[in-house]
Amino acid sequence: MLKDILTEYLYVLCGLVAFYAAFKTLKDKQHPSRIPTALFWTILGIIFAFSRVGMLWGNKNIFIKDVYVGYMVLIMAVLSALKLVKFNKFNESTLDFKKKASERIGNKIFIPALALAIIAFVVAQIWNKQLGTLVPLGIATVAAGILALMYTGGSTLEMAEDGRRLLEVVGPVNILPQLLAALGSVFTAAGVGKVIASGISNVIPQGNILLGVIAYCVGMALFTMIMGNAFAAFSVITAGIGVPFVLSQGANPAIASILALTAGYCGTLLTPMAANFNIVPTAILEMKDKKYGVIKYQAPVAVVMLILHIVLMYYWAF
Amino acid sequence: MIKLIGIAIIVVGFILKLDTIAVVVGAGIITGFVSGLSFNEIMDILGKAFVNNRLMSIFIISLPVIGILERYGLRERAAYLIGKLKSATFGRLTALYLIIRTLAAMFSLRIGGHVQFIRPLILPMAQGAAEARYRELEEKDKEAIKGLTAAVENYGNFYGQNFFVASGGVLLVVGVLKELKYNVDALSVAKASLPVAILAMLVGTIQFLYFDKKFDRKYGNKITRNQTSYKA
Repeated sequence: MLKDILTEYLYVLCGLVAFYAAFKTLKDKQHPSRIPTALFWTILGIIFAFSRVGMLWGNKNIFIKDVYVGYMVLIMAVLSALKLVKFNKFNESTLDFKKKASERIGNKIFIPALALAIIAFVVAQIWNKQLGTLVPLGIATVAAGILALMYTGGSTLEMAEDGRRLLEVVGPVNILPQLLAALGSVFTAAGVGKVIASGISNVIPQGNILLGVIAYCVGMALFTMIMGNAFAAFSVITAGIGVPFVLSQGANPAIASILALTAGYCGTLLTPMAANFNIVPTAILEMKDKKYGVIKYQAPVAVVMLILHIVLMYYWAF
Repeated sequence: MIKLIGIAIIVVGFILKLDTIAVVVGAGIITGFVSGLSFNEIMDILGKAFVNNRLMSIFIISLPVIGILERYGLRERAAYLIGKLKSATFGRLTALYLIIRTLAAMFSLRIGGHVQFIRPLILPMAQGAAEARYRELEEKDKEAIKGLTAAVENYGNFYGQNFFVASGGVLLVVGVLKELKYNVDALSVAKASLPVAILAMLVGTIQFLYFDKKFDRKYGNKITRNQTSYKA
């Protein structure tokens, strides 16, 4: 319960970053797309901070209805599709300022950055039962934020500006992972996975272990590429292909099934549907190719790993 | 079969390079329609899944911290430090991060993240190492360095995580197999993920060191070349 309440406060903090982006956009009279951009970030802020607002004081029954959130998401999607979400200029430090600051502060600048990881880890180890893994990340972020202000001598206003700068540089892609998860829910509700599993199982001859292993691994990778998520693929493909063509032929279930799951991860490396791993990073690292910038370098490794999975499953699980 | 129309829309949309968000929402709505859901039902599923998956965007809270550290020269410092190490190359650095990241994931240490680690630390170090060695890189190779540092985070994260007994992947496997009447214990599932973790470290390392070779061939090693040219 405490965990859920605190998690909700983390989402409020995320919402604040979005609200600040909306506020600064509205104040920027030279902004090329002022109102639509501000609307986009305001909606995102509302969904983050208030969609489950009652949880902030532990009341599950006060929330924004999912169907209204759905319509809000639809508005954001339309704004993004019409390319109306833009960013203008930020109050950024110059390269010269950065050089001088990094010489002045020295290696102490790494302390807040590393504190983010270390504090999250330590807190998660000690209070794992009470807090889970998400809340420690939030606690670590707040602590690292205070340390960052101490060591850099920067102001909270600069910090808010920098937060919204990074958010806006990433832009509408921020909502893509959540949208894709939603698409996965629609696919599941529609029964897409069952159609695919039965399609594959119709072409594979029963009794051939090698073909069964290939179908299980490749099926996991392919369906993961469609869903963008190996977890969603695993139950469908294991029931539809894994059991009749691999497990029932005498494979070690522990070995075969975990190999199938990571064979699915090979698919994750290959698909733009896994936006949080493959698309959002192109924005975070400010790459030119926003769709395949990361995937094209992952592809050879993913294919080699998939082949290794098939070999391992064939020789080690049987 | 008509239910697969959503997948067809996604595939065509990506091939034609249409706006990703529009394609995804369109595919969801049409798949919902052909499966007999009403518009409000689709909006309900969309809204619910969007709210329940807010944790996928939790990295937003760390943006202000990373942002202000960047303002005061975090990336410049990281590049400077690595530039002083003569033996540091892009490939060796990335391979080292792959091994640390995989081992951390195996023991469920949450070190990593594109926002928390790659952008502020690993990428500037990789760029610093490459610039110290080759001075100026072509645009295409700068993009390759970005793509590969994004990739290393994924390799380490994905293939290491299931070695941890209580990881989401292991629990999922045990749960699904139980429903299918196969009883396996979490420990043997976790142990079975070890070969893949090791292979991923190997294959990734080979890729990164290959790019070292490629860059060396293309640009030569400016540090050694300058020294020899003085002698001549």
